[in-house]
Amino acid sequence: MIKINGEQKDLQGVTLEDYLERSGYDRKRVAVERNGEIVSKAKYSETILKDGDVVEIVSFVGGG
Amino acid sequence: MKETGRKDIESSSDTLIIGGREFHSRFILGSGKYSLNLIEAAVKYAGAEIVTLAVRRANTREEENILDFIPEGVTLLPNTSGARNAEEAVRIARLARELGCGDFVKIEIMRDTKYLLPDNQETIRATEILAREGFVVLPYMYPDLNAARDLVSAGAAAIMPLGAPIGSNKGLATRDFIQILIDEIELPVIVDAGIGRPSQACEAMEMGAAAIMANTALATAGDIPKMAAAFRQAIEAGRNAYLAGLGRVLTRGASASDPLTGFLRD
Repeated sequence: MIKINGEQKDLQGVTLEDYLERSGYDRKRVAVERNGEIVSKAKYSETILKDGDVVEIVSFVGGG
Repeated sequence: MKETGRKDIESSSDTLIIGGREFHSRFILGSGKYSLNLIEAAVKYAGAEIVTLAVRRANTREEENILDFIPEGVTLLPNTSGARNAEEAVRIARLARELGCGDFVKIEIMRDTKYLLPDNQETIRATEILAREGFVVLPYMYPDLNAARDLVSAGAAAIMPLGAPIGSNKGLATRDFIQILIDEIELPVIVDAGIGRPSQACEAMEMGAAAIMANTALATAGDIPKMAAAFRQAIEAGRNAYLAGLGRVLTRGASASDPLTGFLRD
């Protein structure tokens, strides 16, 4: 299982690019961290999700 | 009457420099707690050149993104809200930079959830790490002179002491301690948090603050763009008063403003 933004998902073997695409994320507006390390946009297509990965996908929101 | 010319009074050369970038506005605008549709008008009426943002988990198929509502040319200042220690703040700052909107960051670290007071010690640690990584670091802090000096040594680009607890609109509860920072710290002192009224922003600027950051004061106002304009005017008035040098205060008695001769009597 892979933990994405706090939710467990069955996504072993899927690339980050495919996951972002299929989930409807706008890749220009998000940043991704995998197991504590930032994944640059150029690496989305070669990043294959593995069992036990912890992924955070973030974007800007209003704030002070 | 002698003409003075507005340009002479409000000198266009009075710029605020942070991280090597020049700003003409001294009003940093928060973008939280109000509708995205009002952001553009708020920025315009505030005359703001810096807008703060937060970083949160992204929703899928989100149709609206705040970046589409912020006018071009505005410097984005992401905060690290949600961070409880230096490590979490560093992590959020790196993600914010990865979002591709520059390297400014407002460090915000809180362990306390009731009063939302910043943890100065952790903030100093995070400032040191992020400044070393090339970020332009603006730490939100409790107005303490020793901590401020440590933030300077850690590489901060400005310091952001609080006027009162976040979102309280209580004004300059820490007035005397902010004055100490203004007098002793060479970096721009930006009063952040707690400023609820234009008059309070004006007062902080009269004291010599470099800029004011406000969010809740606008977000909870009846008319957000109008309040943005009111803050802009107050901040400009306070800045001009500071540059002009305030008149002295008499501790006792009075001093006539009119000539003391030529009275129509005797």
